[in-house]
Amino acid sequence: MRIKEHPILDFKRDREITFTYNGKEIKAYKGETIAAALYAAGIRVLKASSKYERPRGLFCAIGNCSSCHMVVDGTPNVKTCITQVKEGMVVEEEVGKGDLVD
Amino acid sequence: MTAALKAAQAGASVMIIEKYHELGGQLIKQTHRFFGSKEEQAGIRGIKIADDLTHKIKKHPKIEILTEATAQGYYEDKVVTVSHQEKHLKIKPKKVIIATGASEKMLAFENNDLPGVYGAGAVQTLMNLYGILPGQKVVMVGAGNIGLIVSYQLLQAGVDVVGVIEAAPQIGGYLVHASKIRRANVPIYTGYSIKRAIGEKSVEAVEMVKLDENWNMIDGTEKIIEADTVCLAVGLRPLTDLLIQADCAMAYVPELGGDVPLRDENLKTTNDQIFVAGDAAGIEEATAAMLEGEVAGLKAVSEIGYQTPDLFEELKRLKKELKKLRNGPVGEVIREGLKKVRGEKDAGKDRYSHLS
Repeated sequence: MRIKEHPILDFKRDREITFTYNGKEIKAYKGETIAAALYAAGIRVLKASSKYERPRGLFCAIGNCSSCHMVVDGTPNVKTCITQVKEGMVVEEEVGKGDLVD
Repeated sequence: MTAALKAAQAGASVMIIEKYHELGGQLIKQTHRFFGSKEEQAGIRGIKIADDLTHKIKKHPKIEILTEATAQGYYEDKVVTVSHQEKHLKIKPKKVIIATGASEKMLAFENNDLPGVYGAGAVQTLMNLYGILPGQKVVMVGAGNIGLIVSYQLLQAGVDVVGVIEAAPQIGGYLVHASKIRRANVPIYTGYSIKRAIGEKSVEAVEMVKLDENWNMIDGTEKIIEADTVCLAVGLRPLTDLLIQADCAMAYVPELGGDVPLRDENLKTTNDQIFVAGDAAGIEEATAAMLEGEVAGLKAVSEIGYQTPDLFEELKRLKKELKKLRNGPVGEVIREGLKKVRGEKDAGKDRYSHLS
């Protein structure tokens, strides 16, 4: 959910863009990170842990902890909390450790 | 940022390597006003300080900025490798200032990996930077300043803070922050800890438990609160991977948040080329980090020939400000920690000696 009114902050949102998450279209604003856009759309599970495949979501949101790794345009282990979302991006939940791209 | 500015103002060419796509570090989400003295920007919101510094840096012709860039390593031939937007760069600077900040501490409890369990910094990022609510009902773990301030920020954003859990018998943060959230009827449970998060795919509830005087859980005192978010504000740990990899001598200093590099009062590490500043040197307030940056920046470039006429006066002034900031009972922990990293007090065994 996006905040519309805030006592201190004024959120100036850039133009709207569309990307896909597991094949589903998601609306976001330019300048948002992939993880932020997914959270705004109510999606909290970003990957499955590599050993027990437990659901994982955002933890640190500043690119330190690896809890938000996803497959983005075919590339695994992308830190979605610090990667900005782009028009037409294909984002998928990551399972396991991520396979090398050819 | 303050290190870069000081260095560039003295005439040196500076390159900033930043992981994120904009400058400002953690200040870009600090909506609260700062404490401290007037000279050190007390009363100013963090976001404003970040804006001002970014503006000055972008305007400065001597500073080159690489964003979405990660410094990966420092090598014996003094080369720093950087991964920058899909490219691998090799840079050979005369001096390196490491100001990598800190990362959030984790807490051991059942289901602590469930989506919906965040570090307090992550909540601030989502909420204050992107304007996205982290959840509807939040349990805050930790009643230190960060826990209290972020609780208040959650309330400002319209989120229901259902409780603040603090393991210690008393609130750790300033009372002024605690009063703000108490006035909003947020209960603060001192002497309690989180036992587990409950939920399948995401947090649905939190079980808390009372602790005895030895921090052990007391059976039968469990309490379950409905919540979709757990926010951990249980401290920070210096982000020192680069310093360790560069073989700077390290010491475990709990007063400064964990493993930190040994250094002198000019923030120079045991490597003549490497300086450190900010939370990477030890967890402290942002004001101290900015002052340390200035000291490190000035001193580093003075050693390669860029000396402003007022160098010694300015260093003296900055150190005096730092000392003032660390005065009194609140600064005592920091003062003790600094004695250890400056070699004035035994810091215990170097945990990293096996690496060299």
